[in-house]
Amino acid sequence: MSVLVNKNSKIIVQGFTGTEGTFHAGQMIEYGSNVVGGVTPGKGGQTHLDRPVFNTVADAVTETGADVSIIFVPPAFAADAIMESVDAGIKTIIAITEGIPVQDMVKAKAYAEDFDCRLVGPNCPGVITPEEAKVGIMPGFVFKKGNIGIVSKSGTLTYEAADQIVKAGLGISTAIGIGGDPIIGTTTKDAIELFMNDPETKGIVMIGEIGGNLEANAARWYKENGNKPVVGFIAGQTAPKGRTMGHAGAIIGGADDTAEAKMRIMEECGITVVKSPADIGETMAKIMNGQG
Amino acid sequence: MNLHEYQGKELLKKYGVTVQEGVVVDDLSKLEEAYHQLKDSTGTDFAVIKAQIHAGGRGKGGGVKLAKNFSEVEEHANNILGMMLKTPQTPGGMDGEGKLVRKILLAEDVYAPDFDANEEIYVSILNDRERKRNVIIYSTEGGMDIETVAEETPEKVFKEFIDPELGLLPFQSRKIAFNLGLSGTAFKGMVKFLTSLYAAFTGTDSSMFEINPVLKTGDDRILAVDCKVSIDDNALFRHKDIAALRDEHEEDAMEVEARKYGLSYVKLDGNVGCMVNGAGLAMATMDMIKLYGGEPANFLDVGGTADAERVEQAFKIILNDPNVKAILINIFGGIVRCDRVANGVIQAAKNISIDVPVIVRLQGTNADIAKKLIDESGLKVQSAIMLQDAAELVQKALDGAEA
Repeated sequence: MSVLVNKNSKIIVQGFTGTEGTFHAGQMIEYGSNVVGGVTPGKGGQTHLDRPVFNTVADAVTETGADVSIIFVPPAFAADAIMESVDAGIKTIIAITEGIPVQDMVKAKAYAEDFDCRLVGPNCPGVITPEEAKVGIMPGFVFKKGNIGIVSKSGTLTYEAADQIVKAGLGISTAIGIGGDPIIGTTTKDAIELFMNDPETKGIVMIGEIGGNLEANAARWYKENGNKPVVGFIAGQTAPKGRTMGHAGAIIGGADDTAEAKMRIMEECGITVVKSPADIGETMAKIMNGQG
Repeated sequence: MNLHEYQGKELLKKYGVTVQEGVVVDDLSKLEEAYHQLKDSTGTDFAVIKAQIHAGGRGKGGGVKLAKNFSEVEEHANNILGMMLKTPQTPGGMDGEGKLVRKILLAEDVYAPDFDANEEIYVSILNDRERKRNVIIYSTEGGMDIETVAEETPEKVFKEFIDPELGLLPFQSRKIAFNLGLSGTAFKGMVKFLTSLYAAFTGTDSSMFEINPVLKTGDDRILAVDCKVSIDDNALFRHKDIAALRDEHEEDAMEVEARKYGLSYVKLDGNVGCMVNGAGLAMATMDMIKLYGGEPANFLDVGGTADAERVEQAFKIILNDPNVKAILINIFGGIVRCDRVANGVIQAAKNISIDVPVIVRLQGTNADIAKKLIDESGLKVQSAIMLQDAAELVQKALDGAEA
């Protein structure tokens, strides 16, 4: 068991023949992910990376039985690509693209609500279940198999956390990068819920940042439903109010958006919060070894 | 991207939103012509002089003045144009340096003739992250800071959520106008105002509109007296005309410079400069600098390709800040190999003279080779692989700088 993606996932790549799509699809195949084909409108019928190219997601689903899609389509067309995947019946849609206009995402998100599917991202590193499937742009070697689930808004900070977990003698069940945009599909709470229901996951690392209320919502849900230990970190304790810190969604608006407020709420809900990002791995190891 | 008041009003007008009319002036020699142009359209000698800078609370610092005739216009314009205007929102607040006023808006005095007959209303539109839809926030308490109103009299702040597929529906505009206590001509005017305003919001891919105040005049007209407009940067590719309105004078010069090289930089007040790949890790690195006794001097995300040229530009930008006493480079090399990043750092460090301690932490693919490269480069650069070690080196460097 694991969550979202595994060795049986049939993965297609949207924006397959573009520079980004080609590079990362190649890396995914090398990792051992079951990439069954890709979509580039107008290039249907061709072969790319030894896999078939389709004009539409619907064709790809009919021909390959794909149930997971990863999107590398440029920002101007990415929301449309998400909706195409939703319409074609893809169950897990992972949007890597950074820089999608907010109003486009509002529409795509509303469109997806009427379908039985899950969107991860956009502006995220993707999802990895070590030794089974890498559906994203993360360096696969950092993620060794184990039973710690990771949910994070950030890319490199996810790798940092995974690296610490592994160096502390633990491993990762699945790592989910949910993305740093204001409007995203899978939320922190959704990811925590997935991990709570996954028998393979024994502990959870939750990495958030300033802006929005995803972490607070997840913490409150955890207080009512949680039964596995969670170690949390919030980036942006030193960020000034009103400035966007790289991620479009990382901006302190009201008093509840600050790192301090989020950390307080998380602690009140029973999450072990670390102040230093260097302490994530050790803290989780202590808890898992019964010393926490 | 933020717009000036006069730019925002021009955009709103294109969508049929009624606004306080005005003429923008950037040179006093054009003042008289502008005044007569305005006077011909308004039919009154009165005019309001408004400083055009990207900050609220302009009135508090003397950036908004009413003039009764041309000689008063001249006097105020003389004072305001070219002044360093301090407001609660300019850097450092009312005690800071303020911001240079490069343009003024000569505007219609919409409050005349009977000041007390006017009513000020608050209207803003933004995207609600939790509900994932646009929301119109409105209140009868216009002209005041809405956060204060929300805190002291929350019952006077209303929200109307908009369905993304249907847009603003007629009943919603009516509901807002009724809740604002309007009737007759003013009611109709507000319904039209809101419809046009929402069309402008979606049509321009804005991320925030704040119209404070919206004025109901004594003769029941509805118009925008001020406006704050922020455009979604991600959508500027499809609004070339709006992208051209960017006023780089209003932004930090180094932040503008950084953007040219694809670097995301935010200047802060601390003493430790940092260069990191990824926004989340960059914020986490700043937090760690603070935990180990320093203060971050900046946020800087070098992005996915930390090559020699980018690292060199990043160095230059960080070193431009005289408060920087040490630099921490924190790169988690994933797909990008650490040894390549290390070579980039070494090359960049050789090209520019750096006289503050530099701590490089490279982790990921080929981290060991990278550490060796740095250690053997002959540069006065310290290296680390674990985050904790890097933080301790920063602490030591700062202690050394103080001693």
